[in-house]
Amino acid sequence: MGIQTWTFIIVGLTFALYIGIAIWSRASSTKEFYVAGGGVSPLANGLATAADWMSAASFLGMAGIIAFSGYDGSVYLMGWTGGYVLLALLLAPYLRKFGKFTVPDFIGDRYYSNLARTVAVVAALFVSFTYVAGQMRGVGVVFSRFLDVEVNTGVYIGMAVVLFYAFLGGMKGITYTQVAQYCVLIFAFMVPAIFISLMATGNPIPQLGMGSAGSDGVYLLDKLDGLMTDLGFTAYTDGTKSTTDIFFITAALMLGTAGLPHVIIRFFTVPKVKDARKSAGYALLFIAILYTTAPAIAVFARTNLMETVQDTPYKEIPDWFTKWEETGLIAWTDKNGDGKIQYLPGSAVEGKKPMFSEARGAVGQRLITNASATRNELYVDRDITVLANPEIAGLPNWIIALVAAGGLAAALSTAAGLLLVISTSISHDLIKKQFAPNISDKRELLIARVSSLFAVVVAGYFGINPPGFVASVVALAFGLAASSFFPAIVMGIFSKRMNREGAITGMIAGLAITSYYIARFKLGWIGNPETSTETHWWFGISPEGFGTVGMLVNFVIAIVISRFTAPPPAEVQEIVENIRIPSGAGDAVQH
Amino acid sequence: MDASQRKKYWRENLKYLAILLAIWFVVSYGFGILLVDELNAIRLGGFKLGFWFAQQGSIYVFVVLIFVYVQLMNKLDKKYDVNE
Repeated sequence: MGIQTWTFIIVGLTFALYIGIAIWSRASSTKEFYVAGGGVSPLANGLATAADWMSAASFLGMAGIIAFSGYDGSVYLMGWTGGYVLLALLLAPYLRKFGKFTVPDFIGDRYYSNLARTVAVVAALFVSFTYVAGQMRGVGVVFSRFLDVEVNTGVYIGMAVVLFYAFLGGMKGITYTQVAQYCVLIFAFMVPAIFISLMATGNPIPQLGMGSAGSDGVYLLDKLDGLMTDLGFTAYTDGTKSTTDIFFITAALMLGTAGLPHVIIRFFTVPKVKDARKSAGYALLFIAILYTTAPAIAVFARTNLMETVQDTPYKEIPDWFTKWEETGLIAWTDKNGDGKIQYLPGSAVEGKKPMFSEARGAVGQRLITNASATRNELYVDRDITVLANPEIAGLPNWIIALVAAGGLAAALSTAAGLLLVISTSISHDLIKKQFAPNISDKRELLIARVSSLFAVVVAGYFGINPPGFVASVVALAFGLAASSFFPAIVMGIFSKRMNREGAITGMIAGLAITSYYIARFKLGWIGNPETSTETHWWFGISPEGFGTVGMLVNFVIAIVISRFTAPPPAEVQEIVENIRIPSGAGDAVQH
Repeated sequence: MDASQRKKYWRENLKYLAILLAIWFVVSYGFGILLVDELNAIRLGGFKLGFWFAQQGSIYVFVVLIFVYVQLMNKLDKKYDVNE
């Protein structure tokens, strides 16, 4: 059977599974809708958190980013895993003990202020919307690539599927679908990786294969470093970013991870405090399986690419090269007219992507109209690293179809988790807590369902009409989470002295300075565009890493202000005492 | 549980956090970033050690840290009779 048929069968089967789970796990109360009734086992929650966390970008994009940035890619590996240590040690157990539904619930109660709650809701909505826009786009792109439909049609299909289980099951439906989605995505990621590792080094474990020697007895990483430095690239294991920048970006991603509302609320779903700790461990374990495999795939793919194409005549190039050239993800322009491919530092094209003319060159290659002045002749889209793996390894068609299902599972699970945060923020934090405190549970459940419908439509709209800033979404979402939620929650647990005034000014200051910096240096919305380049960065910190500075500003301002204002009332200090003791998690709501 | 017991429980918890977070910092920011060039002079099979910590080792240590924390806290909860 062809790839297309297999893809329809496997994607169809997985979708039927997700919908079946959604029908089985319908929510009948707000507690089930918001936190799955608080009855999810730590293992299931760990699996669901891992699927929630790993987006289409992790699944399809990360190995590629690392393959083309070498050591610099470590910021994502450490940044997107190390945050779970902070989450497990500093946040999850205490927030579970607190025992409410949302992050703004905690901020509002702990800082005895509706203003604090509102700041938190706005930040949660902003972070989640920016993040989900990218996810819906991702769903569309995966569909269009594997099922040969328009990107927009893909977005509609994705919206329909997510809506089905978010609307029916809320957190309960989402959690159990995510468990299934994790299994699909990790299987789809690991099978090609194991085969490629076997082919490259004879070792079936990619994490070990990466540090092994190939058939010629030379260590793979040494060979890759050699290949790259010979051609004028920086060595793969060295990287080009400054140590300061690597430090700050890693920290911003870690702190942001620990502050993202859609990750935090997952720990409200387990029955006990000790389950919250344990399930953070499981979550990181399941995430680590993919995150330690990705750098191995990166090394195999980059080595394979450099060895296969360098100075190879286009006529003798393997089939996968021309196949991906047809899709526009690879482009070759014969700048020196020798009919061979030269892959050198610098971009082969002007702008971001190659622009193809309809014409063919002397040896049958697709001609492009925007060749750059560098000597590099090859353009490779980074996403190809995971997509082309099974073909390069010569794996059967059903595995290629599985990768499509895995990519969709990754994108859908993340989108669903974010949509839940959005609908909860609207129905619980805004409507129930601010405008209509006396509505019945049934009514609130209905409002929650309508909000999820609203959230899916808005996310879908952004997926179809991506705002210009989608490319900067990651920097923005993580920077804002790191500079607002993380300090406010940590101080709320670890300092009894932290009060309303300190927390609110701290959050606003952190959000403001981080937004300003990103608007100034990433988006170019403020100030003279000529001075928004790298040389003008403050302390050499890139916008991606500035969330760390925002976090520090938040801490300092909050502590200073709180020392000059009245301490929190006795009953709030009592809440803090209470969340520090694990027993009695079920009753914490009474305070 | 009276106030002094609570205080003792909390203090032991904070001690664990300080030790575990120090390890967390050293393996990632220390070995993987600040000291990466020095450690790269040492080899671990086909890996330069600093590079290994940045792309593999730190992640393994993170996972272990959380499970160690779970064990330590379960014991502590039992000792102070606050487990469920």
